[in-house]
Amino acid sequence: MIRVVLPAHLRTLARVEGEVRVEVQGTPTPAAVVDALEASYPALRGAIRDHRSKKRRPFVRFFACERDLSHEPPENPLPEAVATGAEPFLVVGAIAGG
Amino acid sequence: MSGVRVLVGTRKGAFILTADGKREKWSIDGPHFAGWEMYNLKGSPADPDRLYASQTSGWFGQQVQRSSDGGKSWEPVGNEFAYDGATGTHQWYDGTPHPWEFKRVWHLEPSRDDPETVYAGIEDAALFKTTDGGKSWRELRGLRTHGSGASWQPGAGGMCLHTILLDPKTADRMFVAISAAGAFRSDDAGATWRPINRGLHSQFIPDPDAEVGHCVHRIAMHPSRPATLYMQKHWDVMRTDDAGDSWREVSGNLPTDFGFVVDVHAHEPETVYVVPIKSDSEHFPLDGKLRVYRSRTGGGQWEELAKGLPQRDCYVNVLRDAMAVDSLDSCGIYFGTTGGQVYVSADGGDSWNAIVRDLPAVLSVEVQTLP
Repeated sequence: MIRVVLPAHLRTLARVEGEVRVEVQGTPTPAAVVDALEASYPALRGAIRDHRSKKRRPFVRFFACERDLSHEPPENPLPEAVATGAEPFLVVGAIAGG
Repeated sequence: MSGVRVLVGTRKGAFILTADGKREKWSIDGPHFAGWEMYNLKGSPADPDRLYASQTSGWFGQQVQRSSDGGKSWEPVGNEFAYDGATGTHQWYDGTPHPWEFKRVWHLEPSRDDPETVYAGIEDAALFKTTDGGKSWRELRGLRTHGSGASWQPGAGGMCLHTILLDPKTADRMFVAISAAGAFRSDDAGATWRPINRGLHSQFIPDPDAEVGHCVHRIAMHPSRPATLYMQKHWDVMRTDDAGDSWREVSGNLPTDFGFVVDVHAHEPETVYVVPIKSDSEHFPLDGKLRVYRSRTGGGQWEELAKGLPQRDCYVNVLRDAMAVDSLDSCGIYFGTTGGQVYVSADGGDSWNAIVRDLPAVLSVEVQTLP
């Protein structure tokens, strides 16, 4: 299971509290985690990445293990600590405006 | 006793204001969708408890919310607005070609007779339709592709389709307005479109009388006379009596004819309301005095309505979707400001009261008259 921390607005949208956990088949990657999030919480479709191009929205960031993974290919494997559940995968709303 | 439900969209959430027919004591419910920009909320004329809301964020994109109980609870529905076919380009602010990109839904217009059918006006300008209560949206591509689209250009607020009027008398006729392209009409339920801007004159475009390129801010119609439309343009208040085939200016004695809103009295098709704003670079009332102007002659002759409105140090704006009327016997007029006030007049504009004063900046005001 992958632990995911969503920003407050997306938790409200998905109607969840605290961390969520999603099952990912195969090697966990940012793309696979977002696939699983969207399958479990359809209200998140389009809120993290574009419906069709799957491109991350500009003011959304992916963090894990104190690293910014936002600009790495979304098919890259997540850190081992995220894959084992020791660390969460963070979806973050960028600090920009009010 | 009949009552009203006022749906208010703001920069940081939605609010629902309710009152009985006297419109004196109000209940304020909200914020709904706190922290999100709520561009528009609108109820179905066929089922007043069915509401639709456009919820948008620079971070998390577009959501469409639906309520089936008058706004007590909401559920997210479809939020994919994919242009149909090749997107092509429109003009960017500097005149260069720019690809069409979906940004947000500005306006939702439910069908008059089917709660599942809704039209959505979006930025970059296009018209979408759902027939399944918002689960899926498809573009009525004839508007964007009718021929002039490549020359459309965004106004300061973006290239938005902000006004959708459904003709209650002529089947399949509808009107839309786009900033800054102009007004358009379809007579075949949105399949094909043509510009209806003859008579508009705009100094800020190379050909002031061009077929398209006019920054139309809002259009309003009285349902008993759908061929008569009133327009608040970037500058100028305009009127047509032939469904847009020709327009004439009716700014008359307005102190300034810049503004955003225009609306029509529910029972008097020749009684029209605007809120004059100083200029395109000074988006606030003249002299710090917030005044609505009313014409009982279908434009041309206007009277100032200021009783109950701030008459000093007032520098708010009233945005294009932020005025509405109810249909009670004594017609109520409503508008919201960028300062967070929502005002009501229960006597057709003669006097005004603030329903609420300190909301986030108001983007839209819609009113439902309840049985």
